[in-house]
Amino acid sequence: MNVHVPIPSDEQAMLRDMAAGWVRERAPIAALRQLRREHLELGFDPALYRDMAAMGWAGIVVPEADGGFGFGHASMGMLAEELGRNLVASPLISAAMVADALVLGGNAAQKQEWLPRLVAGEAHAALALEEGTRHDPAATALTARRDGEGWLLEGIKRPVFDAGGAALLLVAARTAEGISLFLCPGDAPGVSKAPLRQIDSRGAATVTFTDCRLPATALLGAGDQGLSLLEQVLDRGRAVLAAEMLGSAQQAFETTIEYLKTRVQFDQPIGSFQALQHRAADMLGELELTRSAVQAALAAVDAADPDMPRLASLAKALAGRTFRKVAQEMVQMHGGIGMTDEHDAGLYLKRAQVADMTWGNLAYHRDRYARLSGI
Amino acid sequence: MQDLSALTPDAFRAALREWLAAHFPASLRGLRAPTNGHEQPPGPPEDLAAWKGRFAETGWAAPCWPQRYGGGGLSAAQADMLAEELTAAGAFNPIAGLGLMMLGPTLLEYGNEAQKLRHLPPIARGELQWCQGFSEPGAGSDLAALRMRCDDMGDHWLLNGQKIWTSYAHHSDWCFALARTSTEKKQGGISFLLVDMKTPGIEVRPIKLINGVSHFCETFFTDVKVPKDCLVGEVNGGWSVGKRLLQHERASLSALRGANTQTWDLTDIARRYCGTDAQGRLADADLRSRLADHLLGEHAYRLTLERRAAEEEAGITPSTPVSTLKNIGSQVGQRLGELAVEMLGHQSLGWANDDHGVGYSDEELELTSLWLHSKCYTIYGGSQEVQNNITARRELDLPAA
Repeated sequence: MNVHVPIPSDEQAMLRDMAAGWVRERAPIAALRQLRREHLELGFDPALYRDMAAMGWAGIVVPEADGGFGFGHASMGMLAEELGRNLVASPLISAAMVADALVLGGNAAQKQEWLPRLVAGEAHAALALEEGTRHDPAATALTARRDGEGWLLEGIKRPVFDAGGAALLLVAARTAEGISLFLCPGDAPGVSKAPLRQIDSRGAATVTFTDCRLPATALLGAGDQGLSLLEQVLDRGRAVLAAEMLGSAQQAFETTIEYLKTRVQFDQPIGSFQALQHRAADMLGELELTRSAVQAALAAVDAADPDMPRLASLAKALAGRTFRKVAQEMVQMHGGIGMTDEHDAGLYLKRAQVADMTWGNLAYHRDRYARLSGI
Repeated sequence: MQDLSALTPDAFRAALREWLAAHFPASLRGLRAPTNGHEQPPGPPEDLAAWKGRFAETGWAAPCWPQRYGGGGLSAAQADMLAEELTAAGAFNPIAGLGLMMLGPTLLEYGNEAQKLRHLPPIARGELQWCQGFSEPGAGSDLAALRMRCDDMGDHWLLNGQKIWTSYAHHSDWCFALARTSTEKKQGGISFLLVDMKTPGIEVRPIKLINGVSHFCETFFTDVKVPKDCLVGEVNGGWSVGKRLLQHERASLSALRGANTQTWDLTDIARRYCGTDAQGRLADADLRSRLADHLLGEHAYRLTLERRAAEEEAGITPSTPVSTLKNIGSQVGQRLGELAVEMLGHQSLGWANDDHGVGYSDEELELTSLWLHSKCYTIYGGSQEVQNNITARRELDLPAA
């Protein structure tokens, strides 16, 4: 049988256990509430990110030849899943996507300049891509024009997820050759960031490029290959983000099931009512389907499977649908308490919305899956 | 033939290839396997019969059963290799049926030595077909409410009662049945019996279904004498045996749904019946989005079956419960039927039976019949609602009402 969903190795199981333990002890949901109070502009707790980097997590997807740990994307997905359980806010996935871009399209000098700092967690990075109200990479309008030996960038990116404190921005820009990718330091002259307050408390921003001059060495890969490189990077990020969403949905589900067992109304636990039992059973099915799609997409990255784009869309579409559904049911099944800010249900609901919208929502990926399936 | 099970992996694979090259008829290459022991699958009948005969000698229809019970005596790894080599050769296992899928594995676990030696070899060779006598008119979803009486007459059992939805009872040689040996306890008063369908007192009436055809029957038992050694497990202990058998049924039903849906390419039907725009997309945007939803679900379902198989192979407890899998599979199958008839439009309105469907193609008639038939996916093998109860109570540990 052609197995697309491999069983985790012992090494991966150890990584998962380590991540689960760390998330439980160091990054409970309370950390997200603290983030809302103390680190709103940055969008993550720098002490937590230092911790993650110290465990090597910022270099997981970077091959050993490029100074990383070469664990691959299936491992990265396991990590993301555990982080997702407690809605841990960090720039880990964005930074990994930019690292992926450097590994796939960077020359030796570009890799040398950025990868060691990204792997060590001394710097993190964000993808400056979105412009309109919807994810649409091919419609990129921010311009990059030849400027002597270098480039001149003009335009606005919004929202840039995880822009808070990002030392490096990977910017998608329209050039004479099509869409090209540029490596732009976060503090380059002509770059200004205006924080956006998002419902999930993470560090998004509007980034404006005004008369932003970059050297020739800022161009990543061939100028006319930017869109295809971008799609590869996005697909990896989508698969990993889908894993994070799966972890969040799984936790929201488990918390809700526990509540169904303990909340008593009409002199019995509400979990004894068949109307709720059947909805719970349906959710379990959605979660299992999503898990299969996520694991297959991540395995496809590591196996360089040509069907990876379709699997990435499958995983992201299902993760978006499942996480949103489970989060809504979490609120509904908790009743009034689920509507309060004090309860965690709202945090999951709000994160579900942001995560679904990130790198293409359910509708986007259903359409893309259909196109890739020839309809 | 020689025993291949002791060979090294490489030699085993080479021997398989050699055997397949010598014995698999070219006329059957790429055709699909039968899904039960009663339908005639595609391909020249004489070649099918020859292939079935040769395959039966190997025991490979039940590759992992011990050879003394007619199985192939292969390890799990060797059975995988066999499946791979069959696929690579465009070949298939020509032996199917409830005996192979459900009763065999259950007997291996619960049957005594004499029962295994008597019943398993003909099942593995595809010689005898079995039907399932579980449901009754008053015991559908609430199976343990069954009332068919099984009285101890000293030197034999005496069966009186009625079974329903007995698939292919009219073409079956034997029946495995649940019957009531005690009225003191609901589940604890049930026994599991093996009944020869030629026994006097058994009457079978086929039931016509909404798609005009049927393999389901009503089966009546009137003073049917069953030998004492035909009871499996303990007296009043049949409920555990039956439950185990139902797990085998659900697993095979969900796997079958996956296999069946793959034989219809809905995207191709959509393009032919609904047309495409200049970019090659389906012209009907609403239908396209719903078809895409179905394809997402079907793809994820197939991956989930693969994941479960990989977990089983690795000796890990599968994370997806069979009750969940059965519901997902039946819903995927029903959505396929719904989408298919919508795509065919007026061409889905033909009735096949009376005038052989003049004005409608065979494909159209078959899809309409499949649409109607698919409504039973969420009813048989434990209805969707029963599966959800099982998932909620057993997997999620939610409290009883």
